[in-house]
Amino acid sequence: MSVLVIAEHDNQELKSSSLNCLTAAGKLDAHIHLLVAGHQVSSVSEAAKNVSNVSKVLVANAEQYGQLTAENIALLVASIASAYTHILVAATTFGKNMLPRAAALCDMSQISDIISVESENTFIRPIYAGNALAMVQSSDAIKFITVRAAAFDATAAVGGNAEVEAINESNDTKLSEVMSREIAAGDRPELTAAAAIISGGRGLASKDKYHQLLEPLADKLGAALGASRAAVDAGFAPNDYQVGQTGKIVAPDLYFAIGISGAIQHLAGMQSSKVIVAINKDEDAPIFQVADYGLVGDLFEIIPELTEKL
Amino acid sequence: MKILVPIKRVIDYNLKVRVKKDNSDVDLSNTKMGVNPFDEIAIEEAIRLKEASIATEVIAISCGTSASTDVLRTALALGADRAILVELEHNPEPLAVAKLISAVCAKEQVKLIICGKQAIDDDCNQTGQMTAALLDWSQATFASEIKIEGDSAFVVREIDGGLETLKVALPAVVTTDLRLNEPRYATLSNIMQAKRKPIDVITASDLGVDVSPRVSLLKVMEPPTRTAGEMVANVDVLLEKLKTEAKVI
Repeated sequence: MSVLVIAEHDNQELKSSSLNCLTAAGKLDAHIHLLVAGHQVSSVSEAAKNVSNVSKVLVANAEQYGQLTAENIALLVASIASAYTHILVAATTFGKNMLPRAAALCDMSQISDIISVESENTFIRPIYAGNALAMVQSSDAIKFITVRAAAFDATAAVGGNAEVEAINESNDTKLSEVMSREIAAGDRPELTAAAAIISGGRGLASKDKYHQLLEPLADKLGAALGASRAAVDAGFAPNDYQVGQTGKIVAPDLYFAIGISGAIQHLAGMQSSKVIVAINKDEDAPIFQVADYGLVGDLFEIIPELTEKL
Repeated sequence: MKILVPIKRVIDYNLKVRVKKDNSDVDLSNTKMGVNPFDEIAIEEAIRLKEASIATEVIAISCGTSASTDVLRTALALGADRAILVELEHNPEPLAVAKLISAVCAKEQVKLIICGKQAIDDDCNQTGQMTAALLDWSQATFASEIKIEGDSAFVVREIDGGLETLKVALPAVVTTDLRLNEPRYATLSNIMQAKRKPIDVITASDLGVDVSPRVSLLKVMEPPTRTAGEMVANVDVLLEKLKTEAKVI
């Protein structure tokens, strides 16, 4: 068996989702190759070689990988794929965009968004937005797999000392070009990597209230901010805050659902959280069915009080 | 410019799926089915491009059993000009669908494929990317805005942490995210007219594509369920519990 993990990074930092993916890979083999494809990625490859279960870091350093476009990275992955039995990447927008392209270039299928490794060819993955779990078995020679990061703990980022090998670049496809990226800046942790998440729903009533009430609470807890689809559609919070079936799948240690009724598509995105706290004025809200602690009342009074007493 | 819109027949998105008692699969008997919601967004975007005189023809395609004829009729009622059913005995895997679509594109001189980012049944999120790979076309996934300018498409993509504007060379495959548009409803007269629009029925062997499955479904299970915890009386009790019982703050 030989396992390749594709690192996600921004040419500067190795993303924590890669560490979760490496844990899934570790269930297949103890020695893993980690591919870092980017431009001027020395800080990423340095971080990669220290990860505890990585035995070799492959570095493809070329300008054409700097924007991390699917066309160029998939071509590179396909060019080295035949040396591996398993190729994994975290199921982030980077991984979901790129890996199916690499798999198809190799005439292989893909197993998406696995939450468990049962054996070298058998995996469990959610279907129907997490309302059912499928155990599937692949007959392909190379298993292309995306990994739900929230379902696996992170591998230790230190303790390893992998060999680093530069690999040849493949052709520049010149098919696409990133014109701009607007990434929300700030001190808050990324939603999918946060230990605590404060999520708001339509009960917050307005964009102003959403920010006024939730930001101080998130600051006190060092938490990321999230939102229900209803809150995003109402314009209270930006699109990438959305937790749920069509948004982000999260599993923090502590999840606050504030003014969120608990639509099935929201629950699909957060019900793996370790501890769920629900605050809602409607005692019949479905969110209380999944919450460890529920508090019924006026969130416009409860949240300031909670923030102050923390 | 011809636009091809692949669509999939799936469970109605308002319904909660049930797992069969023998754990062999989910139970879809007597279940209302419809167009995959992300594919409805794709149809809408293609029709808007036609209304803006950017597209000349919108072709809907579905790969599945003959039951998929109904979702093609829906696409025609919404404004697609014609439809193709690649009739199969079983629902195919994403790689097989990508091969079938690629084969049709080779015949039809399609310049843009718009499809849903994923189907709400198997949640694979693969077909668009795989089709782009097989055709050696550019790809822009998770689109929340599409603008066609000359031989390029400018696509705003929803990525982790924010948005990205990608310029892709045409021909291209674009996959739709939820906020790209709000699909229209078909009017009764359009539904009637759609019955006269053509649906070509072809087979995988007509296209020379092997659709044998690579992945077998061993079993389908209910997800672990959470049980309701306790209701607390006030903020003080909540904080006390989070500190001493759950130990998360």
